[in-house]
Amino acid sequence: MLRVLLQVIRRDLLLAVRQKADVLNTLFFFVVVVTMVPLGIGPEPNLLRAIAPGVVWVAALLAAILSLARLFANDYADGTLEQMLLSSEPLTLIVLGKAAAHWLVTGLPLTVMSVVFGVVFDLGLQETGVLVASLLLGTPVLSLIGAVGAALTLGLRGGGVLTSLLVLPLYIPVLIFGSGAVGAAASGVTYAAYLLLLGAFLLFASVLTPWAVALALRISVE
Amino acid sequence: MLEVVELTCERGERSLFSGLNFAAPGGTLLRIAGPNGTGKTSLLRILCGLLEPVSGEVRWHGRNVRKLREDYWKDLVYVGHMNGVKDDLTVRENLRVNAEVAGRPASPDRLADALERVGLTGFEDRMARFLSQGQRRRIALARLYVSETAPLWILDEPFTALDVKGVAELSALIGQHVRNGNTVALVTHQEVPIDAPRRQRVEFAGGGSGAASSVEEEATC
Repeated sequence: MLRVLLQVIRRDLLLAVRQKADVLNTLFFFVVVVTMVPLGIGPEPNLLRAIAPGVVWVAALLAAILSLARLFANDYADGTLEQMLLSSEPLTLIVLGKAAAHWLVTGLPLTVMSVVFGVVFDLGLQETGVLVASLLLGTPVLSLIGAVGAALTLGLRGGGVLTSLLVLPLYIPVLIFGSGAVGAAASGVTYAAYLLLLGAFLLFASVLTPWAVALALRISVE
Repeated sequence: MLEVVELTCERGERSLFSGLNFAAPGGTLLRIAGPNGTGKTSLLRILCGLLEPVSGEVRWHGRNVRKLREDYWKDLVYVGHMNGVKDDLTVRENLRVNAEVAGRPASPDRLADALERVGLTGFEDRMARFLSQGQRRRIALARLYVSETAPLWILDEPFTALDVKGVAELSALIGQHVRNGNTVALVTHQEVPIDAPRRQRVEFAGGGSGAASSVEEEATC
């Protein structure tokens, strides 16, 4: 059972390494958005410090949406998705593996890079730590929920726009609690509740979304 | 034993076939024939459980495949219209990953053997994107050698893009599989002679009549 999960992750990581442009595209987008905001707003340290968590979180969210299109589309086009649907292993595990691999090539690098942005925006050590922790808990939720949207719109014309419309409302709570955690840490209030809520989202999403994705894929491939 | 009971299929509000019945016990070669657009591939996809029929059911050993799900797919190998080959994986990786994802892990020796038998020795570490159509088809067909124990093969146009030798080898393999008591269902436009103890044919009529009939052929050869 676990073997197929690990094999799917390994496969998708291998493909990501071979198609570097796709992965770098997402990361480049993230960096560009985050670095452009201070240029647009002006170099006011207090203001930048206040908006930093929001900017990083919004950029991470948009980068995640940008990368959703290729989550299932390539596998659908070359027939490997069809083979996954006919596996004797549970499709939910395969789907979980794909979402995990997606997170490893988008969410995880974004989280690591946010350390640098913590320094760039002059956040304190604690705030940077909370920002990283919130992204660490929040970005896997973005991958999991995004997989549902990507699976539902698979094979549709203009699916990209529809995916965003489906997925954005579900991303909003993650965004609010993610950037809220850093805001709370900055103003000296306890931030644990925010992180716990993000953790709860993550558990909830990792249990429920694979079922939804599996079901949606079966419908889309018909 | 693969059984089809009162199967009706519609695609895009057009009825492709209705009331289709046939049974293919172990050791049967089931050939599905008919003009383009009459529902051959749709029938195969229904047989696989990828497509839900409007009514009727497909049974494997007496049980509906839509209920059996993973227990049915464990017994099934499907080589579809699409090869299911990743451009950015090597030939060997493609075969290995496919076997793992399908839930049929195979040893490196077995994979090498399968590649040898489809004539891809020497290409193992080439990226699939640099191969010809016929060679990509062979990667897909190598799956059959890896899963020789699967009692049901469903093949959609397996002979396309293959050369004369490839066609001969594949038809020998299919014949051998059927003689071992397994079931093979295939769609093909080429009348490739396959030596099988029991042969059955599902013939789709053209002209949008939505008719399909199943006949048992005399075993020749």
